[in-house]
Amino acid sequence: MKLPIIGAAVLAAAMTLAAGHLTAQAPPQDDSEKEIERYRQMLSDPFSNPGFLAVDRGEVLWAEPRGAKKASLEACDLGEGPGKLDGAFAKLPRYFADADRVMDTEQRLLWCMDTLQGLDTKDVLARRFSGPGRASDLEDLTAFIANKSSGMKIQPQLSHPKEIEMAAVGEELFYRRGGVMDFSCATCHAEEGKRIRLQGLPNLSVAGATAQATMASWPTYRVSQSALRTMQHRLWDCYRQQRWPVPDFGSDSLTALTVFLQKQAAGGEIAVPSIKR
Amino acid sequence: MTKTAFLTAACAALLIAGPALAQQKPSQATIEAYVKSTFGKASPEWQARITPDESLAVCNTTRNAVSSVQSEAIIKREMAKVTYPADGKLLGDWKKGYTVANNGRGGQFSDPPGTVAGGNCFACHQLDPKEVSYGTLGPSLSAYGKDRKYDAEAIKDAYTKIYNSMAVVPCSNMPRFGTNKVLDEQQIKDVMAYLFDPESPVNK
Ligand code: HEC
Ligand code: HEC
Repeated sequence: MKLPIIGAAVLAAAMTLAAGHLTAQAPPQDDSEKEIERYRQMLSDPFSNPGFLAVDRGEVLWAEPRGAKKASLEACDLGEGPGKLDGAFAKLPRYFADADRVMDTEQRLLWCMDTLQGLDTKDVLARRFSGPGRASDLEDLTAFIANKSSGMKIQPQLSHPKEIEMAAVGEELFYRRGGVMDFSCATCHAEEGKRIRLQGLPNLSVAGATAQATMASWPTYRVSQSALRTMQHRLWDCYRQQRWPVPDFGSDSLTALTVFLQKQAAGGEIAVPSIKR
Repeated sequence: MTKTAFLTAACAALLIAGPALAQQKPSQATIEAYVKSTFGKASPEWQARITPDESLAVCNTTRNAVSSVQSEAIIKREMAKVTYPADGKLLGDWKKGYTVANNGRGGQFSDPPGTVAGGNCFACHQLDPKEVSYGTLGPSLSAYGKDRKYDAEAIKDAYTKIYNSMAVVPCSNMPRFGTNKVLDEQQIKDVMAYLFDPESPVNK
């Protein structure tokens, strides 16, 4: 999908204005809530969403022959059959018999790069998160794949025993406190209508609308980071705020948390890439 | 279906449901294996930070909903970890206290070594009523000292609370700033003054 990019500068200017309003406003909570809502509306205009650039880059990468085997990823099986992309993301993470593991999108991509392309994934992993002047294949490919499930509903896969285990462990991890601040996910995401400073915190401890809206909007273009981000980055950032050690990219706890969150979000209608602060 | 046949069927169903239910609550060993696979490369110091102590382990297994027996045990254990200043002074400089309350840095893997940690009180509490950027995970502390008439008892209770929140409320969501060595004694005295000095914006 190609979309015009309306100057990021315009967007940045709009944000500065919004931020100015936020600090200039008088105390009552309702007022600041209203301001935040206005600012969110500004961010949800799809025609100014640079996330679609990542989708386009991902589409090119998907078809490009690479690695020792000079193969593309087009035969990669994301769960719906080799090369079948439509709706695959809506059912990820899921169990893959060939790997005998539950994998999320990025873990599966790394698997396909290794087995199908013979690609050295060290470099791909070094660029797991994009930065200024450094694109991330994994972010771009995930954006492309996820976009092929836009308009579809989140369908958590919970039939294989390993999928069931993942959901259960993910739930335990959600409530596991630790680090110098004694934080768990639940410290910040288990009550309605709470916020940290001015940032609203979704309550992800209950299944339903909030979890659906949250999970259905990832991957997302983060304006504050000028980058498309996936759930791998969101959880990395939340563990940072939780004062926990760096979580290993594409590791089991992150996938377990994702399975649990997808379970909370079952039925949510995917609309990605979205755009957020 | 006869009564016995029905009962047999019901028992069989229970037997089948048994293992399925057991699977819903994974064993501690399984959970630890997941944690290890994700955080196992961290340094021993960082590993130690995410190994729950006795009190936190209880908070984790009960999801903070402790029984009264557990609650008493936690309060006793955490109270023993509180150290009051040797000079007996609980209040420092409110201006420095504002900096402590406003600083959200420290303890994150992205922090450069030597980063001075803050208390990040604004993340969860309203303090100075003129500051709009405050969080709501904790109660408003505006006019905290004034409302308590700067009472000595209230001052000591607040010191205890900030030093070790669980010595007051078991499994409190508030960090144990002193016990977990996030803030040092002087920082806690300063933030205390931010709450209790009549000149502090908190009480204006
Ligand atoms: C100390 C606070 C804190 C902790 C602990 C924390 N988070 Fe977050 N989380 C945040 C903040 C702040 C945001 C951003 C909200 C925003 O941007 O509006 C966020 C955002 C998220 C989002 C995306 C929300 C959205 O609307 O797109 C998800 C999903 C999430 N967190 C999951 C988790 C999980 C899972 C954990 C535990 C591993 C966790 N968080 C731990 C503070 C925290
Ligand atoms: C992650 C959230 C969080 C942070 C950060 C935090 N608190 Fe709290 N605080 C709470 C919660 C929740 C409560 C209420 C429940 C309880 O008492 O444990 C509380 C209660 C309190 C109380 C007792 C209020 C009463 O009922 O009289 C005081 C005093 C307090 N906090 C001070 C502070 C100070 C000072 C800081 C910063 C150095 C701070 N808090 C940081 C969450 C937090």
